[in-house]
This record gives sequence, structure tokens and C-alpha cells, in this order.
Amino acid sequence: MVPVPQEPARGQAGRDMRQVYLFGIFVARRIVALVITVMIGVYLTIVVANMGGQVDELRLIQIRADVTEEVRADPGVSPAERQALIERRVALEVDRLNLDQPFIWRSFDYLRRAMLLDLGRAEQMHSDLGSRQVSRIIVERLPATLLLFGTANVLVFFTSILTALSLSRRYGSPVDRAVVALAPTSAAPGWFYGIFLILIFAFVIPIAPPGGMVAVPPPDDALSYALSVLRHMVLPVIAIFISSIFVSIYSWRTFFLIHSSEDYVEMARAKGLPERMIERRYILRPTLPPIITSFLLMLIGLWSGAIILEQVFNWPGLGTLLFQAIGHRDTPVIIGGVVIFAYLLALTVFLLDFLYALLDPRVRIDPEGSGR
Amino acid sequence: MRRYPSAVAGLAVILFLVGMALYTVVTIPYGQVLQDWRAGEHWRMHPANARPVWTDRLFGGNAPPTLTISSDTADAEAARFEGGRQVRIPMAFDFAYDDFPSELTLFLGVRGTERPAFVEITWHRPDGSDVRLGAHRIAGEDRVSISQDRALEGRLGRVPHIGLFAVDPGAPGRPEVLRGTYRLTLDAVLFDEAAELHADLVAFGRVHGIAGTDHLRRDLMLALLWGTPVALAFGILAAVGTTVTTLVIAAAGVWFGGLIDAAIQRLTEVTMILPILPVLVMVGTLYSTSIWLMLGVVIALGIFSASIKMYRAMLLPIRNAPYIEAARAYGASNARIVMRYMIPRILPVLIPAFVTLIPTYVFLEASLAVLGLGDPVLPTWGKILNDAQMQGALYNGFYYWVVAPAALLMLTGLGFALFGFALDRIFNPRLRTA
Repeated sequence: MVPVPQEPARGQAGRDMRQVYLFGIFVARRIVALVITVMIGVYLTIVVANMGGQVDELRLIQIRADVTEEVRADPGVSPAERQALIERRVALEVDRLNLDQPFIWRSFDYLRRAMLLDLGRAEQMHSDLGSRQVSRIIVERLPATLLLFGTANVLVFFTSILTALSLSRRYGSPVDRAVVALAPTSAAPGWFYGIFLILIFAFVIPIAPPGGMVAVPPPDDALSYALSVLRHMVLPVIAIFISSIFVSIYSWRTFFLIHSSEDYVEMARAKGLPERMIERRYILRPTLPPIITSFLLMLIGLWSGAIILEQVFNWPGLGTLLFQAIGHRDTPVIIGGVVIFAYLLALTVFLLDFLYALLDPRVRIDPEGSGR
Repeated sequence: MRRYPSAVAGLAVILFLVGMALYTVVTIPYGQVLQDWRAGEHWRMHPANARPVWTDRLFGGNAPPTLTISSDTADAEAARFEGGRQVRIPMAFDFAYDDFPSELTLFLGVRGTERPAFVEITWHRPDGSDVRLGAHRIAGEDRVSISQDRALEGRLGRVPHIGLFAVDPGAPGRPEVLRGTYRLTLDAVLFDEAAELHADLVAFGRVHGIAGTDHLRRDLMLALLWGTPVALAFGILAAVGTTVTTLVIAAAGVWFGGLIDAAIQRLTEVTMILPILPVLVMVGTLYSTSIWLMLGVVIALGIFSASIKMYRAMLLPIRNAPYIEAARAYGASNARIVMRYMIPRILPVLIPAFVTLIPTYVFLEASLAVLGLGDPVLPTWGKILNDAQMQGALYNGFYYWVVAPAALLMLTGLGFALFGFALDRIFNPRLRTA
């Protein structure tokens, strides 16, 4: 456990030092734990991806077919010689890819490479710049996903928190009732609304582009490029917004309602403090850790939802990439995508722990207790 | 109950869906739906891409349904000759619709002989003019696709199923339908005394049934109906599988504590970073897209889901409650304490969450299908959406193809969500009075 120095009266500076020390230890422990977690997760992915050696089988067939195709073009070789040549080449290739070793050894090799983000070469696909490296292909798509989902989530988060705060004061008003009534609409995911938004605003009343990220051909100067991206972002962002805003407001409103009836809030009211100050210091501040938690959990949920929304809107992000990889049956890209998603989720979890520790001092002293 | 109209509405929707699912499973057996949905020949008498009848009539349309004229009802004239028969079959039908048929096909069958028959086809229009549709040698079961007769299209200046029904096929602009009684005459020579000629003239319509048809002529109603039990089964089984196991594991972890609890916590963290949809995509691509395998993976990933953390927080204070102490004092076993004392205590809080979880999984199944990883054999709502997207349904104006499955998905989602949210208010009184 963390050593807790005994210090009855070492002054403010000493206490701060101790806080920083504890915080550092906490963060280090979390990083180690998360790296181990990611390792287990990625290893599981590799095992599932290669269960029963099916993938190896496919690769062997692929190698044999490729080699046969290459050798067939050689003129002046007798069939026997050609067969020997094929066998030799296949053996070489099998050796190169370590396919002759037991899976258990290779799996650790895969794990090492996956952890270092060396995701291998794609079978069919390539990046827009022509690279066959899976990591290159993924890195190229990542900004698009981050841009779209970052924008939409930040928008949903702040809108819902602010609306919920004001609604919790106006409990039972028509707007409040409307939000409660509309909350069940969030049962449908973003892509579902996306289909209808495209139908209405791209085909029936053509005011927005039906898909893509930028106009074709892309504008030359930076400003009109940004404007074009913005125009293409409108519909997908609205789709995400509609699908999560009402339930978000609903749950925050409930949350704030419960917290605004706490005794210390009543006390502050009784003291005659202004409503704004009560909201900020007495409602928002103590409820900050759960707010952050839920925001990041929402992010985790949305990473997965991204795939289909992007595909529906033809948004060139990770989701579309994964979808295309399914179409090409490009295994390295699919596994690479899963690994990247695992990393993003782990990063989100880490951020969660970090912010939590920053906001809630109890977590730092006793990392195992009181739930994280 | 009357205080919660949304609960009643939600329950009504759920009951309606369950009723529809039961009706479907009873009337259309599982084996039959698999066979029908795959088989192309089963749907040969259906039009392709026909919209529902009721949407057409609702907007004041009068588009033709599929007309099938059989030779059985026609007055055939026959004349014998040495070694065979000569038959003339007039097939007449009335056509008084505002739109042209979508296709015109003649199904012919010669029975009772191996030798091919010789059939000459003539088209008589209501205005008295005749169009010769050529002669064909027919052996066994055969079909003459009049719509795909390129030579005829060249002569008429339009595709045959429009040209044959237009007032003036040669005129430029939008053709007009010529209403009245049409007649198709078959002049056949059969080279056997016992031979029979059977014919079905099908003028494929522009509208079909309640739900319309897709590009492979399949009646969408079948898929919409069968999508209901599939969606409900997937949603409910997945929700039960994930919540029940998760709850038991969380309770066991809290009760036993120590190493077991720590192991559960670490496993939860591992599952938290495994992205469900990409993993499902991977499994679907590498193994099989069977809906039951997907269900298994969803449940497997859901067992150690993030909600264990939430249940744990709820169960921790209960662990030291006096009534548990009492149970221990009278000698209750560990299993009994976990199953009978700890879990029932937090069930009321979980039931609403459980109900709202169901549509999430219904939409997950649809999501997989939209990605092209739907079940290979079963028709589901998501697979209809996927087909529609692949065929550019919205772009081509086949709105019904997208709207019907989407509306059913939305109905399911809304039904369970309404019911769940209302249950939340009933079980958690703080939400009512706050």
C-alpha cells in the first residue's frame, strides 16, 4: 500500500508535497494497471482472431495461390521443377511469417508488435498516400473520427448539463415535461436518425450534402476547406445530437434534482445566497466526479457507435475504414482497428481515473476503496 | 396505473409486438421462412420493387397490381391433325389503371410430350391494332420475357411493357395508358396428340401487398413479420444474459471479497477496454455471422461489463446490513445469502434499467445487419435496411423499403423505452416527489 507519512504539523508546503507525491504514485499505479489491462485485452483479441488456426489456414492458402501465380509465368520450366519451386517458395514464406511455429509462441510475438502499434501490412487496402502499413492507414483516418465525435460529444455534454441545471429549477414546467416525454427517443442510435436526416435534408430539401467530409474537388484555400468540412459535419452532428440529447438532459435533470434537495443546499438557500452561486458551488462542485465519469463513459459508448454513423454518412473515419475492411476481408486491418479502439478506450479510462483523482481527494489516498 | 399513461402506452406496444411475433412463429414455420427467403423461384410471380398498395391508394394513385391471366380460364380452340394438335388460346384481361405494368412475362409449359411445341404470340390492343410478339419453340416449362425483347422494343420505340400499353407509343414525352380490354392470342402447334399447353400471362404490377417487394421480388411483409420474433428474442435474451450474470457475479464478488473480488474487478477492466462492436465485426468477419453466435459474443462480453462497478457500489452497503447478519446467524449458506438476500434487494432499481436495455440490443442487431454482418439466412429488419441501402432505395425513391423496417425498429425502441422510463419513476419514488 501507499506509505502514509505521519506529519502532524509540517505546514502548507509539506502537505502539498505529500499530496503531489500521493498523486504521482496513484497515477503511476494506474498507468501500470492499464498497460497490463490493455495487454490482456489485446491478447484476447489476438487469440479470438486466430482461434482454431483458421486465419493461418487462410493465409497458407493465400500464400500458395500467390506463389503459384508468380511461378506460372516462368517459361521454360518443367512441371516437376515448377512444383519444387513452388514448394520451396511456400516454405520460405511460411518461415518468414513464422507460420511453422506453434501459435502460442507466435501469439506473444503478435502481442509485442500490437502493443508497439506495429500492426503489420494490409492484405488488400492501402492508405490514401499508398502505404500498405496498417498503422499508417489507421492514423490517416483517426483525425476525421476525432473531429466528428469530439465536436458532437462536447456539444451534447455542455448543452445537456446547462439545460438540465436550468430544468432542475423549473421542475414540472412544460419544457421539463417535454424533455421527459422525449427521453425514450434516445433508444435509437445516431445512424438511425442519420438515415432520415439524409433523406429529408439531402434529397427532399437539398440543403446539405448527403455524405462525405469535404466537397469534391476539395477547395484550395484553408478557409473554404474548413467551411466545406463544417457544412458536411452538420448532418452527422445533428444525428448524434438528437439521439443522445434528450436522455442526457433527462438523466442530468434527475441527478441535479436529487442533489438540489440535499440539506447543505437548503442551508445555502436559507442563508440567502444567490441562485447562481448555489448552482456553481453547492450543486455542481460536489457532483463533478460523477459528471466527468458519465461523460467519459458516454465517450466509450460512442467510440463503438461511430462505425455505423460514419458508414451511413460516408465519413472517412475509423468506422468507415473498419466497414471497408469487412468488405475486403482484410484481417490485419480489422484486428488493427480493434487494437486501436482498445487503446482509445484505455486512454479514456485513464483520463477518467486521472480527472477523478484530481477532483476527489479520497480516491488518491485509498485507490481500492469507495469504488472508482 | 392510470397515473402513468406512458407505461400503459409502452406496455401496449410491447404486447402488440409480442402478439405479432407469436402469430408469425405459429403461422410461418422457421424452416419455411428460411427456404422461402432464399429461394428465387418462389417469388417469380411477384413484381420487383413494387410499393405497398395502401401508400399508393392513400395518395390517390391507381397503380396496377400484378395481373395473372391463366390459360385454364380461356376458351381454347383446338384442331387435330396427323400426329399432333393445333391450339389457339385467347387470353383477355381488362386494364384500367393510371400507370403501366412494371414488367410483362409469359410463363409457358408443354406437358405430356418431350417434343417442343411451336408457339406464335399476338398482342391485341383495345384500339383494334395488333402487335406480333414473335414465335417461340417451347419445351417443358419455359418463360418468354416480353419486357426484355430488344427487337420489339426497337419496333415500339419504348420498353415493351410501356409500349404495348401506351395510347401512342411513338409519341415523344410522357406516354399515356390506353385503358380497355387487352388480348393475347397464342397460336400453338403441338406435335403430340396428348400434349397440353399451359400458359400464364403475368403483367407485373407497380404495387404489392401491405409492405411491397424488394429487388429480388421477395415480399417484404415476410421479412417484416419474421423480423419481430428475431428482434425480440435477440434483445430480450441479450439483456437477460448480460444483466442476470453480471448481477450474480457482482453480488458474489461483494460477498466473498478478497481475491475473488479483485479478480472480478480486473476482468471487468479488461472487458471495459474491449470495444464491443469492433469485436463483433471481427468475429462476424472471421467466423460466422449467425445471429446466435453474435448473441453469444454479446453476452460473453456483457458478463463483465462496466455495470459490475455500479452494482458493486449498490451492494457494498448491503453487505453489512443487519438482516444479512441475521441470515448468517441462523446459518444460511453463502449461495443462499447471495441469491436470496443480496440480489433481490437491488432488483427494483435494476428492472427499469433492464427494460431500457432491450432496445439497445435490438438496435445492435440492426447495426450489425446494416454493416452487412446480418444473419446469413434469417430475414431481419436490419437486413432489409441493409438490402435497401445496397440498392440505393432512398435515391431511387423506394421510401417504403426503408421506412417500414425503420418504423418497426423505432416502435420497438419506443415501446420498451417508454415502459422502462415509467418503471423507473414507479420504482424510484425520489424521481416522483423531488
